[in-house]
Amino acid sequence: MSITLKVNGRSHTVDVDPATPLLYVLSDDLALNGPKFGCGLGQCGCCTVIARGQALRSCVTPVSSVAGADITTLEGLGTVEKPHPIQQAFIDEQAMQCGFCVNGVIMTAKALLDRTPKASEPEIRQAMSDVLCRCHAHTRMLRAIKRYADGR
Amino acid sequence: MNIEDFSRRDFLKSSGALIVSFSVAGIADTLGVAPGSASAQGLNGPGSAELDSWIAIGADGRVTAYTGKCELGHGLYTAQMQLIAEELSVPFNRVTLVQCDTSRTPDQGTTSGAQSHPTNFNKSNLALAGATAREALVQLAAARLGAPADQLAVKDGVVSMKSDPSRSVAYGDLIGGRTFNIALNTNARRKDSREWSVLGKPVPRVDIPAMATGQFEYVQNVRVPGMLHGRVVRPPAVGAALMSVDESSVKDVPGLVKVVVRQNFVGVVAEKPWQAMQAAGRLKVSWTRGSGLPSQESFPEYLRNHKQTRDTLAVNSKDVDEKLAGAAMVVKATYRYPYQMHASVGSACAVADVQGDKATIWSATQAVYPLRSTAAMVLGLQPQNVRVIFKMGAGCYGVNGADTVSYDAALLSHAVGKPVRVQLARKDEMAWENYGLAYVIDQRVGLNADGSILTWDHESWSPNLGGRPGANSPGNVVTGFLIGFQPAAFAARTPAPEPANFGNGNNAVPSYVTGTVGGRSGGTGTVTSQRVLTHDVPSPFFTGPLRSPSRLQNTFAHESFMDEIAAHVKADPVAYRLRHLSDRRLMAVVQAAAKAASWETRPSPRTGNRRTGVAAGRGIASVLYEGDNGYCAMVADVDVDQDTGRVVVKRLFIANDCGPISNPDGLRNQLEGGALHGVSRALSEEVTWDDQKVTAIDWRTYRPLFVGGDVPAIETVLINQTEGPAMGAGETAVTVVAAALGNAIFNATGARIRQVPFTPARVKAALGLRQ
Repeated sequence: MSITLKVNGRSHTVDVDPATPLLYVLSDDLALNGPKFGCGLGQCGCCTVIARGQALRSCVTPVSSVAGADITTLEGLGTVEKPHPIQQAFIDEQAMQCGFCVNGVIMTAKALLDRTPKASEPEIRQAMSDVLCRCHAHTRMLRAIKRYADGR
Repeated sequence: MNIEDFSRRDFLKSSGALIVSFSVAGIADTLGVAPGSASAQGLNGPGSAELDSWIAIGADGRVTAYTGKCELGHGLYTAQMQLIAEELSVPFNRVTLVQCDTSRTPDQGTTSGAQSHPTNFNKSNLALAGATAREALVQLAAARLGAPADQLAVKDGVVSMKSDPSRSVAYGDLIGGRTFNIALNTNARRKDSREWSVLGKPVPRVDIPAMATGQFEYVQNVRVPGMLHGRVVRPPAVGAALMSVDESSVKDVPGLVKVVVRQNFVGVVAEKPWQAMQAAGRLKVSWTRGSGLPSQESFPEYLRNHKQTRDTLAVNSKDVDEKLAGAAMVVKATYRYPYQMHASVGSACAVADVQGDKATIWSATQAVYPLRSTAAMVLGLQPQNVRVIFKMGAGCYGVNGADTVSYDAALLSHAVGKPVRVQLARKDEMAWENYGLAYVIDQRVGLNADGSILTWDHESWSPNLGGRPGANSPGNVVTGFLIGFQPAAFAARTPAPEPANFGNGNNAVPSYVTGTVGGRSGGTGTVTSQRVLTHDVPSPFFTGPLRSPSRLQNTFAHESFMDEIAAHVKADPVAYRLRHLSDRRLMAVVQAAAKAASWETRPSPRTGNRRTGVAAGRGIASVLYEGDNGYCAMVADVDVDQDTGRVVVKRLFIANDCGPISNPDGLRNQLEGGALHGVSRALSEEVTWDDQKVTAIDWRTYRPLFVGGDVPAIETVLINQTEGPAMGAGETAVTVVAAALGNAIFNATGARIRQVPFTPARVKAALGLRQ
């Protein structure tokens, strides 16, 4: 089945099983590195993208359900040369170790702060309560989120 | 990033460096064959004695260095670039580092055991190569400029005369594009750490901008032209054997390329990842019933009562029984530690391209050369025809699924003759990975009338199976086992032979004994009467090194017990530790952590706390990691809700001494991450199972500390030793957390918790035992 996706401002038409989780289309068909497979169960956050203003776990989202929606991935925020301010905050705080989970951390925090620019610390913690980092760079990540939130 | 096949000829053309005499023969006998996975920690390959294997200078003066120690998320890549920039006196941004590729880099064995700093940042290997190269370049410049070497200075890759800086020559002009053709010079002088301008500085990591922007290429992102996607079907129970596979059950799955069966290994290959997942899910496979598992509830007793054990005495002063009989007081306690998982946040992934008698494997393995050797065994190829290229995966913390999934990808690629990518399902990694060791530890001390420790008696049991595959044991991980390779043999040994020398390789000796064997004392404490007896027991599950293997479990027992003893004699836990330590640096970290926390001298438990509601407490613990590789002490502040048993860690103070610090911000990142990893392991992580299979298979059934969880404030104190060797720092902080928290819980409540993890139910149970 042919499905058209709008990812990072560009349209892509892919021919896939409509039940295919969005993650596999992004990482395999569109060769994006930002969203990642962590658990395939929507439990860890590694696959998070932003769609319709919400943080969305792409590993459990059928691609057909987001046809036509604006989808933003981590690489859609900024680049190495010109990072988005939230990415810059994570660079400034050196807020990761292996960096595998940072997609979920940044995209989840950004979706929250887009929606709730003055999010309180408990609100931030709540949003991050099912986002996982196994290197446990938590303190730096929370600091980077706060740095970005305060700097806007 | 270029992932095309990279021939030796291309390599010589592009970099000018030579691969010289890499051999695994020298380590084959010691890798992965000894019972006890901890023995596989810190195994280093032979490296290379030839400078050109480590360093090449381009015509433009760029320095390319080749290392066999890889980035695992701990900042080592950047630190090694700093090292090369420092030793060669070139700007940081003029260094290129090539890591862990069997066609390009020296064989440095395994990146593990906090051994990368000891190995590459002291007076051998990469650091020595840097020093050798600088001295060789100065010698070349001396000849070119007609001046004695001691009249020359080096800056930014240019050698000039001190008296007349206008007379100078750049590295590129001295040797650019050509080889040194000299051996590493063991007399080459490394720069004094007090002269450092690049090393020792908080240089930001070079890989983080790409990670933060989704540009970094992990092994999960390797895409090879024509690549197919594989998925494995693991047995449903431990010990289950394959009876039959009904291929017709998946004949309608679109994109299916092949069902692959080899002994008990089952996998599918399809054109797309989703197709492979559907095929794996639908494939009808019949297995025998599993071999059955011992009850988890009584597993500590199962370990203790096992008849076939491998016994080791680390120390034995042969007067322990007599001293215990004559002691003024005897204190005893038993500690229990569960199996825990590496549980990487991204499940393991590899890409393999097996064509004819040659194979290329992109892997997040910590051990490219050993994997080359074992992948060759799995594929029936010659090792020299297998190339393993390291690509970073999710943080591993030890032997996670990186090696086993490399075999999975290799087997599936071999079966279809095309490149195949495999990423494990979450449950397939969690149910079958090599778990960190469970432990049962009996502790007993005899005390003198003045409350000091007269004698220390330790006996412990821990289960082992498999471990790192090393150079010759693919059966040490699940995929190798499923295709018929056996795990390293278990060699029972009772009674234990008397110790021949003190190494504390089994990590069981407490800090407070002298560690005296054969008249020489290698320990860090003052207690001379000592016996440490350990029993390895065959494990029903695969085991392997997990961040601070054995040292963490034993430190939990030792440092909790030290706190118990101090409480028995109503002594301050800090003062009581210092009273029994002899190692100045270990004492210094204890004092530094206590000072940072404004420690108030007092015995535990705290007086004045109520026995209901939330009680606050504070505990301390310390370690010299692996007996010689990094000092750390931690003070933990906790709140214990005595009505629910919930423990919340409020603050952690960490003092660390790992010798000269390569990158203070990288070090802090490691200490902070290690500390929270320790909190997660101490409070909630535990592998669970039923009578057939592991039941901890996702993030609901294996509970970690999430980013938005109860994250404490962390304060780090770095003690920078400008003298002495560089030590590891990745496994120090994680080691002391469980004991520091347990001691804080006792300080808060008077309840002693002796079993990890400290779940609310266990804390409640311990609270219920209070007098």
